[in-house]
Amino acid sequence: MNTVFALATVVVKELYRRKDFYVLFILTALVTVLMGSVSFFHDAKIARYLKEICLLLVWVSALVIAIGASARQIPSERENRTIFPLLAKPVTRWQVVLGKFTGCWLACGLALLMFYVFFGVISGSRTGHWPLAQYLQVLWLHWVMLGVVVAMVLCGSVIFAAPSSNATICFIVVTGILLLGRHLNQVALREPEPLSSVLYAIYFLIPHLEWYDVRDFVIFDHALIGWGSCALATLYAAAYTGLLLFAAWLVFRRKPLNL
Amino acid sequence: MSRTTTQVLVLVLLLSGTFGLATLLQPRAEAWNRRGDSGSVINVLLGDSRRLFANQAFTEADVYFHSGYYPSIFDQTEAPTNSHHMTAQEGSAEEEAHEKQMNFLSKPRDWVERFGRHFEITQHTHLESGNEREILPWLELSAELDPQRIDTYTVASFWLRNRLGKVAEAEAFLREGMRNNPKSYEILFELGRLYNENYQDHNRARHVWELALRRWQESEPQAKNPDLIGQEAILIQLARLEEKGGNLGQAITYLEMAARTSPSPAVLRQQIAELKLKLAGSVTNLSKVPSAD
Repeated sequence: MNTVFALATVVVKELYRRKDFYVLFILTALVTVLMGSVSFFHDAKIARYLKEICLLLVWVSALVIAIGASARQIPSERENRTIFPLLAKPVTRWQVVLGKFTGCWLACGLALLMFYVFFGVISGSRTGHWPLAQYLQVLWLHWVMLGVVVAMVLCGSVIFAAPSSNATICFIVVTGILLLGRHLNQVALREPEPLSSVLYAIYFLIPHLEWYDVRDFVIFDHALIGWGSCALATLYAAAYTGLLLFAAWLVFRRKPLNL
Repeated sequence: MSRTTTQVLVLVLLLSGTFGLATLLQPRAEAWNRRGDSGSVINVLLGDSRRLFANQAFTEADVYFHSGYYPSIFDQTEAPTNSHHMTAQEGSAEEEAHEKQMNFLSKPRDWVERFGRHFEITQHTHLESGNEREILPWLELSAELDPQRIDTYTVASFWLRNRLGKVAEAEAFLREGMRNNPKSYEILFELGRLYNENYQDHNRARHVWELALRRWQESEPQAKNPDLIGQEAILIQLARLEEKGGNLGQAITYLEMAARTSPSPAVLRQQIAELKLKLAGSVTNLSKVPSAD
């Protein structure tokens, strides 16, 4: 386990050395503050549009950070040939996969924490109330969802040839699931056979990442989601994360390391 | 010629070039503005597609009005097609129809959908206790993108003056709507309500509603589907105002006009009969008053 954490620490350090997070954070803050400075009918209490814009930017930024950081981990180790001394330590390939995942996931968690603190400050300063339990719930579900995304991208990075193609494909898949995942069964029912069965099979196979997008509950000040449901959703995400990491390891353990 | 002189001459040449270009482009830029009905950059950049974005912004206002509970394009039931439910009174027929329309969530088809409902907003609610202000940014954006969309002005004014106590802002927004849509009887009708209900300026309200009626008569009778409900609303408001002012004869005339096209004329006919009785009573009373001789 120490090996895994040592690998993860390197990945986290890499995140705060790179400029991706800072650029995205400043952009998010700048756009949010600019939008917040707009006055509508001389009413300073209007806040929901601002919360929506800020959370949208947080989601886009988090996805970019998660996919961007995960996609280059294993390919860059191979490209720089640092994978050879790493595996000679001795570190097993499973530990490499797990260490990279833990590092990327923790790095995403740190970035998310910063983003949500900023969101909380902006939202609280406008509305005057601080639903901390709700922020914690939204942050947790978001982070759990990013775990699946990171595992998916790591799996992609041992399958696809280049990090750019992997990142693009994963970004399209994740966005597709977030936008259409919830409605795929309805679409399937309207299609003729065998397309209907194929779509329904895809519907049951894909990880339903859209469950974790609970921004509307914060934007529209709805009550908390049941903690039991959150726990079940966490188990569901953990199962998919484990499955994807296992698939990544299966491919990686037989993969030649020479480029 | 020294080097400095050459540089100055090049600078002068460039300045004259830019000045010439500016004189050439200025009239064209003005023409772009006229073509877009307003001087905003959005109109020049987006052209007619801005109407699509304006519709989207208006829909977003409706989504906010329902606190996120709204049918997606995949749901069987279509989204509300008009904005009447946004200004409907509680318990009215419009509100009841809207409640039925918004009952779009069917029984979950599978365990994924059933579990996913925990992470969706599944309750139909409307904004209240001052939170109605949250729809305003989208309405303002919608008006900016499509200044010819009448609903935007009337809906925004309704909430501004009725729930948020921002009567001056509502009036300013309606006047902006009037500038962009000088022939709109709907905006005039809403402006009349503002004068009548909020400012208690009945005389001004009467003039505005009379103008609204004229605008309706100029545009709607030739239309394929004339807005008869709109005309009825104007006529009834005018009749109430005349009745309140003691001009019962004029009030009867307005109600008779409304009854001719109303989908439910029976109620109006009863009101006419009551007013006629009242008028007859007042004439009899006048005739009973002994003369000064």
